[in-house]
Amino acid sequence: MPEIIYKGRVYPGEQDETVLDTLCRHDVNVPFSCRAGNCHTCMLHCLNGEVSTASQQNLKPALKALNYFLPCQCVPSSDIEVNLPDEEDVYVSARLVEKAKLSPTVWRFRLETAVPVYYHAGQFLNLKNDNWVRSYSLASLPTEDAALEIQVKRMPEGEMSHWLIDEFSPGMHIEIEGPHGHCFYTNDSPQRSILCIGTSTGLAPLIGIVRDALHQGHRGDIHLYHGVRMREELYLHEMLQAMASEHSHFHYHACVSGDEASDGIKHGRASEIALEEHPELKNWQVFLCGAPEMVQKTRMKAYLAGATMNDISADAFTTPDH
Amino acid sequence: MSTLFEKLGGEGAVDAAVDIFYRKVLADDSINHFFETTDMAAQHAKQKSFLTMAFGGPNNYTGADMRAAHAPLVAKGLNEDHFNAVAGHLQSTLEELNVPADLIGEVMAIAGSTKDDVLGR
Repeated sequence: MPEIIYKGRVYPGEQDETVLDTLCRHDVNVPFSCRAGNCHTCMLHCLNGEVSTASQQNLKPALKALNYFLPCQCVPSSDIEVNLPDEEDVYVSARLVEKAKLSPTVWRFRLETAVPVYYHAGQFLNLKNDNWVRSYSLASLPTEDAALEIQVKRMPEGEMSHWLIDEFSPGMHIEIEGPHGHCFYTNDSPQRSILCIGTSTGLAPLIGIVRDALHQGHRGDIHLYHGVRMREELYLHEMLQAMASEHSHFHYHACVSGDEASDGIKHGRASEIALEEHPELKNWQVFLCGAPEMVQKTRMKAYLAGATMNDISADAFTTPDH
Repeated sequence: MSTLFEKLGGEGAVDAAVDIFYRKVLADDSINHFFETTDMAAQHAKQKSFLTMAFGGPNNYTGADMRAAHAPLVAKGLNEDHFNAVAGHLQSTLEELNVPADLIGEVMAIAGSTKDDVLGR
């Protein structure tokens, strides 16, 4: 019979027994609820071995790619090692190799680690200094960029942002942990249209996701809406315009809510403009990153406009510095 | 003899129905305040569990679970009109998916059987 390895201990299974039943029979304390594959409460991460197709069929493509599965729906055919989601992560040291000002309020940081970090563009890292831990999304692409790139906005109350911008200098080290998050591109349907909406430094993961999609040969249209208040807060504007002229199916829409429209820049909230311009989102993939209220409202609107819940991905840490 | 769940098309049928159903519920201003949530994905999963049960599929719902889950909503004024509105959206979802009338009747009977528990009566 297959054995289940969980936190270093081995639990022998019985004939036709699910992973969840095996763990429960051995009084292992794992969360679960419906036992019917619906509630996803029991979701685990498979570290080694194979899980059944049935145990992944309702998961987001991103979760499948990370080898998450539902143990209540999985009768294993051979030994598997499982863990609770994300618990396997540890901090590693990263060195700052580049720091650049992108706008009056946003800085780019490029970090290198001794051991490669395996991640998808759009996932996020936790950065820890002596005083604080904060989450930042990855704008870099593991296949293209040697360094990990994050973008940090100076927040009046954000002590970590002040420290990173004022104190953290090239050559210095910081502890990083991760990656986490399921807001990233998967190439299982390269012909579909993609809608990305980001406010402020919510742009960072979206740049990663768009670059990843283009790099993987996505063929459907990709629309990126970036919203800020004032014109000078737009950053990487020229780079994104250049990307749009290079790829005819990538469309970049810069939106300012508190400033006049001007050449190539729309007036209004990015999420509202995007939904006005794309009222029908059936079969679209949608990525939302930025202010929590915007993400929540837009998730609802995108769903009502026809996108399925599995096709709407949102950045789990919606404020860039909180 | 196949079960109701199998006749309806099993899990695939639930997947086809859940987005149509939940969208109707959210778009209905007479009931959508009961569904306000910061976690739409979790709410969506709950709707799927509900449909699986109404379709006669595998579930472990008991009357007591239904009661406990809806008690906070009853406290906020959940009544028979709201229940009937949700049931109406279920019916029109099934009609939209061209489910045969006799099977719709069976689904609506299962859904209707939860009324007293949902309304805490």
